[in-house]
Amino acid sequence: MPATLAKSGGLFLAMVVALVAMAQAQDSAFAIHMGIMALAALIAAVAVMATSSTTRRLGHDESHYDDAPVRWGVIATTFWGVVGLLAGLFIALQLAYPVLNLGLEYTTFGRLRPLHTSAVIFAFGGNALLCTSFFVVQRSCRARLAFPGLARFVFWGYQLFIVLAATGYVLGVTEGKEYAEPEWYVDLWLTVVWVAYLIVFGGTVLKRREPHIYVANWFYLAFIITVAMLHLVNNLSLPVSLVGAKSYSAFAGVQDALTQWWYGHNAVGFFLTAGFLAMMYYFVPKQAERPVYSYRLSIIHFWSLIFLYIWAGPHHLHYTALPDWAQSLGMVFSIMLWMPSWGGMINGLMTLNGAWDKIRTDPIIRMMVLALAFYGMSTFEGPMMSIKSVNSLSHYTDWTIGHVHSGALGWNGMITFACMYYLAPRLWNRQRLYSLRLINWHFWLATGGIVFYTASMWVAGITQGLMWREYGADGYLVNSFAETVAAIHPMFLLRAFGGLLYLSGALVFAWNIAMTIAGRIRAEAPMTETPYDARADRPLPAPALQPAE
Amino acid sequence: MASHPETPRKAGFSHRTLERNITLLGLLSLVTVAIGGIVEIAPLFWVDSTIEKVEGVRPYTPLELAGRNIYMREGCYVCHSQMVRPFKDEVERYGHYSLAAESMYDHPFQWGSKRTGPDLARVGGRYSDEWHREHLKDPRSVVPESIMPPYAFLAEKPLKAGDMAAHFKALRAVGVPYSDKDIASANADLTLQATQDADASDLQARFPKAQARDFDGNPQMVSEMDALIAYLQMLGTLVDFKAAEAQEQPK
Repeated sequence: MPATLAKSGGLFLAMVVALVAMAQAQDSAFAIHMGIMALAALIAAVAVMATSSTTRRLGHDESHYDDAPVRWGVIATTFWGVVGLLAGLFIALQLAYPVLNLGLEYTTFGRLRPLHTSAVIFAFGGNALLCTSFFVVQRSCRARLAFPGLARFVFWGYQLFIVLAATGYVLGVTEGKEYAEPEWYVDLWLTVVWVAYLIVFGGTVLKRREPHIYVANWFYLAFIITVAMLHLVNNLSLPVSLVGAKSYSAFAGVQDALTQWWYGHNAVGFFLTAGFLAMMYYFVPKQAERPVYSYRLSIIHFWSLIFLYIWAGPHHLHYTALPDWAQSLGMVFSIMLWMPSWGGMINGLMTLNGAWDKIRTDPIIRMMVLALAFYGMSTFEGPMMSIKSVNSLSHYTDWTIGHVHSGALGWNGMITFACMYYLAPRLWNRQRLYSLRLINWHFWLATGGIVFYTASMWVAGITQGLMWREYGADGYLVNSFAETVAAIHPMFLLRAFGGLLYLSGALVFAWNIAMTIAGRIRAEAPMTETPYDARADRPLPAPALQPAE
Repeated sequence: MASHPETPRKAGFSHRTLERNITLLGLLSLVTVAIGGIVEIAPLFWVDSTIEKVEGVRPYTPLELAGRNIYMREGCYVCHSQMVRPFKDEVERYGHYSLAAESMYDHPFQWGSKRTGPDLARVGGRYSDEWHREHLKDPRSVVPESIMPPYAFLAEKPLKAGDMAAHFKALRAVGVPYSDKDIASANADLTLQATQDADASDLQARFPKAQARDFDGNPQMVSEMDALIAYLQMLGTLVDFKAAEAQEQPK
């Protein structure tokens, strides 16, 4: 009881501090954010008091895994996934039809684009990483989550981070660095949450009952540690006022540029690759019921992947004012990165050795295989685009947009959906998913969507890149910039159509998960019939007697 | 295949040591991921040739800085680069390729990564204030193919940049050489630069090439439009590239 009192007292104090900051705020956005903080503290205080009086204390039942935060995570992943994709479709349509900017300052492409990228990367991807890591670390360590209260703080604290970031974008609060847009106080809040995450994850590994730390946990650990390092360094900034939203980056110009892309590229490398490879290393072997293909390969590709990825940042700055030596170093390491990336893909795909028939019979395995195939494709395309002469054409164009979406929609999206399909029936104790046939629908809608998306962006990017550098026989540039924008309008429409297909697939997914949670089972024919032919299933009749000659 | 590491223990280092100790595993991972950044980023701070010595680059005036903050607030960097690459077509389309020195006071940098719209590194002086006003209010009224969002609200919103002296102090703390005089007169300079026919000689002495006039065509109010156009009109104008042009011209 005193612990509850101290906790809720502390939360009330936090609420008061937030309210004072709100009253003193230099700008309205900061005031709104402090209001949200105060509201969150109030809700948390009420929740602490309510749970302590009605339910038993957390963390006593050591005979079961602590799956409540994982269940919330599955719901949050599904919710933010749909939100992020919807935002993506909307801004894709804005590029095709600018009237959709609606003439309001809050709904311009410039403010909604960070909302889309953060919603899919940090809200959808982040929640998938949080909930799968909590699930995997318990199973692979045969131990219940350490610090259950802190685990709940991590989940809800992360949701608060998402809400602060998202509302900030719409209100125009930004540090002006891609994928690191949230301002200094939101960054500080995320730092607190992230340290708590490391403590919960590391603490659970420490209390493991298995002698070895499973390979998935190496990847989760490297992801948590590296993201902490990147986040802290890239967001070093000085606030103008302690009660205002605005801050100025500690770095300037060329140094700031490389710090940002060191961060930006490794947000891909560690948030969207290392963390998702951890998911692959647990869920692919589980779903295929086969051990990981090669233990040695996992060691080699783990260390080489995390070592090489960090160097690749400068390929975002080819032919800029960044010194040449840094550009060349970035290009060389980006090309080398191809190998450990494919090491991961091979280890995942070859895990299906001896079970390849499951691609036909198990739609979840099919989704995982597609994810790994897209992982392989985009980790080949990336090194290719990092070659300076290719980059001179592709950079600044939609080719880059297509590249990230083949990775994000194909690899991150599909592996996440597959893991959620794996988790839902197990977490809610259902006999099976609501429908396996709907996974099939989801699979083909998503695959079609990715094909439309990436193909149209290749065409748009290469078209525009070539038009920008086109010279006529008279020795003058042929195209004005505006003409190159008009030329890719049809591709923008096809891209939006691809996005619509992918979003439709995600809605089918959300429906399937929701029905599974509700405990419904769809009456449907099984995915594969057991082959049976009654006429063939009997001994051959005795051969007729041959007449004697 | 799939051999579990229950093989007999070899002498010397074995990976199983790391697999059984999360502290070691975590520390070694941190060291492994720290190396690349240290080797690539750290030298940029002390290798002198990283930023070439160039005449003319100066910190932003209060009004330009307020405009730059609006540029970031609206996410302009999402669609516009400020980095001309050293290619013939880019130099002919946008002007001299960008130098590292030109963004040495940019906290943060705004080089961008995508050109949904054209590069803006040298847009200063290329169009009239009136063109910018019309273009920002309704981009398609001047460029029919444009897909840029309309920013008419900028002209209606009075500029509330906050205490510019505090902004200058924060920037000075991270390395921008503002003088005490710059900080003391920051708030006065903000309105002065947006006022038509004001005496801007003191401002221009401290901030060479600073353009002072009523940018938004509305003398009643210093609007966000004033600040943004003031910023756009100074982009790429500080360094005199004429000095670097070929001396011998064909007749």
